[in-house]
Amino acid sequence: MELHQLTIHELSEKLRSKETSSEEITASTFGRIDAVEKDVHAYITLMKETAFAEAKRADEAIKKGECGVLTGIPIALKDIVCTKGTLTTCGSRMLSNFIPPYDAAVIEKLRAAGAVFTGKTNMDEFAMGSSTETSFYGTSRNPWDLERIPGGSSGGSAAAVAADECIASIGSDTGGSIRQPAALCGVVGLKPTYGRVSRFGLIAFASSLDQIGPFTKDVEDAAIMMNVLAGYDNRDSTSSIEEVPDYRQFIGKGIEGWAVGIPREFFVGGLDPEVEKAVRQAVKTVEEAGARCVEVSLPHTEYSLAVYYIVAPAEASSNLARYDGVKYGFRAPESRDLLDMYKKTRSAGFGTEVKRRIMLGTYALSSGYYDAYYKKASQVRSLIKRDFDEAFTMCDAIITPTTPTPAFRIGEKTGDPMQMYLSDLFTISTNMAGIPGISVPCGYSASGLPIGVQFLAAHFQEGRLLQIASAYEKQANIEKRRPNL
Amino acid sequence: MEFEPVIGLEVHAQLLTDTKIFCGCSTRFGAEPNSHTCPVCLGMPGVLPVLNKKVVDYLLKMAMATHCTINRESSFARKNYFYPDLPKGYQISQYAEPPAEHGWVDIETEAGKRRIGITRIHMEEDAGKLIHDENSPSSYVDLNRTGVPLIEIVGDPDIRTAEEAAAYLKRLHEILVYLEICDGNMEEGSFRCDANISLRPVGQKAFGTRAELKNMNSFRNVQRGLEYEIKRQQYILESGGVVVQETRLWDDAAGVTKSMRSKEEAHDYRYFPEPDLVPVHVDDKWLEEIRSAMPELPLEKRERFVSQYQISPYDAGVLTSGRALADYFEEVARLSGQPKAAANWVMGDILRLLNEDKKTVVECPVTPTNLARMITLIQDGTISGKMAKDISEAMYTTGKTPGEIIEEKGLVQITDENALAAALSEILAKNPDQVAQYRAGKDKLFGFFVGQAMKATRGKANPQMLNDLLKKMLSNQE
Repeated sequence: MELHQLTIHELSEKLRSKETSSEEITASTFGRIDAVEKDVHAYITLMKETAFAEAKRADEAIKKGECGVLTGIPIALKDIVCTKGTLTTCGSRMLSNFIPPYDAAVIEKLRAAGAVFTGKTNMDEFAMGSSTETSFYGTSRNPWDLERIPGGSSGGSAAAVAADECIASIGSDTGGSIRQPAALCGVVGLKPTYGRVSRFGLIAFASSLDQIGPFTKDVEDAAIMMNVLAGYDNRDSTSSIEEVPDYRQFIGKGIEGWAVGIPREFFVGGLDPEVEKAVRQAVKTVEEAGARCVEVSLPHTEYSLAVYYIVAPAEASSNLARYDGVKYGFRAPESRDLLDMYKKTRSAGFGTEVKRRIMLGTYALSSGYYDAYYKKASQVRSLIKRDFDEAFTMCDAIITPTTPTPAFRIGEKTGDPMQMYLSDLFTISTNMAGIPGISVPCGYSASGLPIGVQFLAAHFQEGRLLQIASAYEKQANIEKRRPNL
Repeated sequence: MEFEPVIGLEVHAQLLTDTKIFCGCSTRFGAEPNSHTCPVCLGMPGVLPVLNKKVVDYLLKMAMATHCTINRESSFARKNYFYPDLPKGYQISQYAEPPAEHGWVDIETEAGKRRIGITRIHMEEDAGKLIHDENSPSSYVDLNRTGVPLIEIVGDPDIRTAEEAAAYLKRLHEILVYLEICDGNMEEGSFRCDANISLRPVGQKAFGTRAELKNMNSFRNVQRGLEYEIKRQQYILESGGVVVQETRLWDDAAGVTKSMRSKEEAHDYRYFPEPDLVPVHVDDKWLEEIRSAMPELPLEKRERFVSQYQISPYDAGVLTSGRALADYFEEVARLSGQPKAAANWVMGDILRLLNEDKKTVVECPVTPTNLARMITLIQDGTISGKMAKDISEAMYTTGKTPGEIIEEKGLVQITDENALAAALSEILAKNPDQVAQYRAGKDKLFGFFVGQAMKATRGKANPQMLNDLLKKMLSNQE
């Protein structure tokens, strides 16, 4: 095994025992990037120079016996989190020249934990998409099949982990943007409870839904990452003061006697037979691990997509109003007057999908339509949340497929936004309810594409989530394959 | 047909917090453009607002002072529109759940007393400023003011005349300044007013079509603008026309209002709940903290001054026109034990001297202790009122105590009857003709003798004693 193929906890062991150095790990990782990045295109910006400087510092720290869990570990960052002094594009032409003068809260935390940043990963423009195809910087490839998408919007971060172009990565999830690409790329992806991780410095798509979370090679690494990322931040009024447990303590604990809910609304038409088979198998595995599976109902699930496509675009239409060419970012040249500058800048600066959602959202908030759309959607959202609250009175966790199908082909759904939106069918309601969710690999399709199973837990029950995910991972013992790059 | 104006005012008051409403930047006016900015108030990607609690404190004060119902939970909303002085493309304001509603203030005009309702008061952030240079094809943006906290006070459409509008504004202004939550400077824009005005036939309940009036940056302009607008709408209606719903700007130089934008061009602000902020909860403890720190308000103070100090309502009005002035007066009254004299001296010499220097009472070099001491010295006859005038001016210029000034200038009043009698005898002896004329009935000459006596004593003679003694000596026929 080469260094870049290992997990955080494996590398930390090696670093602690001085078996290797961060510089070696970093060199190995960048060697891998050099070899496969031209095929995968996981990154928008590489941070090689600063990475080696960080690696050097990490090695010095280790020498002094100051080795934290992330010290010297190469981590990739979705290009939606602001990095001081490093280009942060959000996958958009609009921010193609934007260098933030501040770090996002999670960047500060990762820095403090000693992480080495490999670069900024590709994503759908402003996180609007499920395939990275809306990125201004081109489409990332699924490492398991370069003709296919890696999922999105955090597709670059998922592909980078799957292709071993980093050890772990950071993504953001508004409707499934961590869990869906994690499933399609065969890695672990966790979306924390809304408010668990500070959003300060996370470029907003839909503020009431966005959460930052990790992509990792196994569940234990997800726990390690959560230990670093979670916690209150006084710069984010929506971040929670709820105490953060040591998530690692939940790894390896069993789930004997647990009740695991199977929502009947999630196993219906549109579910790919191979995915259904793999997830049904996962349910069996969970039972083998000692849990009891119970059917639960989330009756408002069928509205979650509709609600999402009102709430998220509405918030986005407002969040993206700041990109007007006045202060930073792209400005179209040669404008006659202010209005002309706005129009030209926003017409040329945003891609089609972003414009579509701005228009949807603007419409939903317009006077005369607000009650019928935004207000009604907010009410249904409360019902979706209540469904989950009720379900969690009957079970400790919920199990569902992460995605309806394995990775689809590049270009397959770009012509039909509805088809694209449907790929988030199983992940969206989680964001509506604000609860945490994790996608864990649960097998492969006949053609060798990864399939993911999703576990959900009640608010701030990331511990339970990691407990069942790790118990499943251990019990299932899915054959470890590597993409053939 | 007779028409009745219906006027409702919207007041924006900039709050005197040290820092902005959603970030830690300074709110100080007049700094280098864009020097009081940070990623949050610049609306950079990914940053988030955090509410300054002080702003809520100030809002609660104003809500209490205007008898509003305080809602225990209120929330923020986004008001969306594009403009270069609004970096986020939306203003964080409050919409569906305001923190304070249903208040009122009493006003008084020549027509009498009236109570004007307050619909609501809410918090919001100010926008920046555009700087236009006539010689340049582009404009500049200064975002120092972006995020400076405002409260918007929306008045009920209870006002019927331009004079009432001015009185209502002055009342709000006075309360804000008294509460020390707004400096009230209209020219710098810390106190701004928009007016909604329509006319309806007297007796009709339904409102007519309204115009929104902007750009009136003084009490006088508010009154003039409304007077103009009343006439304009009246003319339209009387000549059978229709008032158009629109926003109009007051043009001070031309003395007219001009159309700015019509209803069709009006913004759709697409208000929706601000997802980056959590609702504000005001608990009993918070309310009690504010309540216990509430100062006495101008109207209450005015009434108390009249009854406690037995001064006229007019004097009480002048003395309570500012909190610092009222405190100053009360201190002088307390220390001297002579409220009426204190009122006269504060309103007379002290205010005159301050006005001449364009200073406020806070900067007054005459301490209340010194002024009170001087009043006591007049009362016990140590100095005369005329001397006191000199002493007060000297105190003002030098900041010294009355004792020091009296000593320096040798100003102690001559109250020794023998000494004064000796001086008077000398004067009478020197002016036998005038004495004779006076005794023959030319009473006017009394003033002449007083003048001579004051000259001889260099003004130090106790006037009362001088008068008495002089009369006695002149009437003593030899």
